[in-house]
Amino acid sequence: MSPKPGQVDRAGLVHAMSDIFEGLKAAFWLLVALDRDLVEITLRSLQVSLSALVIASAIGLPFGTWLAIRRFRHRRTAIAVMNALMGLPPVVVGLVVYMLFSRTGPFGVFGLLFTPAAMIIAQVIIITPLIASIAHQSMRELWADYHDLLISLNTGHWQRIRTLMWDGRRALLTASLAGFGRAIGEVGAIMIVGGNIDHATRVLTTAIALETGKGDFALALGLGCVLIGLAIVVNLAIHRLSRTERDGRW
Amino acid sequence: MMRIVLSAILLVFAWGSASRAEQMKLAVTTSFHNSGLADILLPAILRDTGLDVQLLVVGTGQALRLGRAGDVDAILVHSRADEVEFVARGYGTYRREIMYNDFVFVGPASDPAAIGAAKNATQVMHALALAKLPFVSRGDDSGTHKKELSLWRAAGLDHTEFGAWYRAVGAGMGAALNTGSAMNAYLLSDRASWQNFRNKGDLAILSAGDPALINQYAYIPVNPDLHGHIKANRAARLEIWLTSDSAKTLINDYKISGMTMFTFNARSAD
Repeated sequence: MSPKPGQVDRAGLVHAMSDIFEGLKAAFWLLVALDRDLVEITLRSLQVSLSALVIASAIGLPFGTWLAIRRFRHRRTAIAVMNALMGLPPVVVGLVVYMLFSRTGPFGVFGLLFTPAAMIIAQVIIITPLIASIAHQSMRELWADYHDLLISLNTGHWQRIRTLMWDGRRALLTASLAGFGRAIGEVGAIMIVGGNIDHATRVLTTAIALETGKGDFALALGLGCVLIGLAIVVNLAIHRLSRTERDGRW
Repeated sequence: MMRIVLSAILLVFAWGSASRAEQMKLAVTTSFHNSGLADILLPAILRDTGLDVQLLVVGTGQALRLGRAGDVDAILVHSRADEVEFVARGYGTYRREIMYNDFVFVGPASDPAAIGAAKNATQVMHALALAKLPFVSRGDDSGTHKKELSLWRAAGLDHTEFGAWYRAVGAGMGAALNTGSAMNAYLLSDRASWQNFRNKGDLAILSAGDPALINQYAYIPVNPDLHGHIKANRAARLEIWLTSDSAKTLINDYKISGMTMFTFNARSAD
């Protein structure tokens, strides 16, 4: 990225405080100038993480709910494993996805490596256990309340899952947003499977890593501010869209 | 809930990928990318050849792995012995030298290890080993790392026996320079990355100029016989451009703070 207006040449200047100040200034100018590269990587960050969020929620929310109501032999083990997978190291996920989608790997023929699709796949793997775990926790409590009613109504499994998911939608929203938070800030996996290619797979987090590598802390911090702001805007927007503050509930 | 899902899906699909020029993937080293030369060359390549070259910025070791697996169409790296082996094993078709710059020894401006007085790279290595002051090694199997190891070897020193002052950070050039800057340590860096680095702190170039410190970059197209999907034609067109007079002018004229960074030296394939 080319130097931005308002960015002082700080050769030889290494005070942390001034770095932070310069970072905030850089963030301000990036936003004011609506830098084209910035808009592009911000949109790509959103595209990758929202896609991963939609897919992971479609898998994780019903699965977490199902785990809450269904009793089977290795249920406890399954829950323990799922909770453990919440801490899945992104860099390991990235490496595994890389090996699977490398041209010499089993899915190499699809040619997905170093595309946003590969980044989405990696992030789905990272955030699905997190979403499913949080969904399971809240659905378990709700199930305790609904158990007698739904059993007495002689509902099927799928009906019970649907009822729980609908009535617990606010808790599920929290689960999804936690997943989004992990996805949008993630860098280890998407760096490996995306490759941080300019105008193709560069997102906010990998751009921050790149600028840090160049020693341009101000620009890196500026991008970091944009990333945090983006996370806040997305959360607010989703809350607004889903009207969580309505219906007399807080 | 449906509303969110729908709007999210819409947003994803509304993402129209605009029609693009012919793409190809090139793995390059962090040192080449940190130099900033890519920002000059890529737009010119797109303009002259219509090729949209996508750069994967990795260490030389990883670049060779990507080439071997056929995940990139060509590589541009700087570790001669590995390149020769890569071609000998048939992973690449041949290596073609494009340009060079040099490695420099960077360290605290006060130079407590007195490497500035050394006459050549071997003396620098001995001075460093004697002083036992913090030295940051890339430690990531990159071209720069391999050069550093070969310099220790040439000086008859074994880096595995060094004490805590020898710090292998296992990171790219920029990250290693950041670490070195924070520790006020000595490092080996390529000149372009150093010159383009914005967080120099108290560090300065202390020793340079030994012919052993020449940093040669070579272009290797990945062998299309091993991987059917390799865009050999595009890799060949890129090579023609990289060895052309327009590349020569751009590379030789690239300056950071008034200093020439690279010297173009492409000749026929060897």
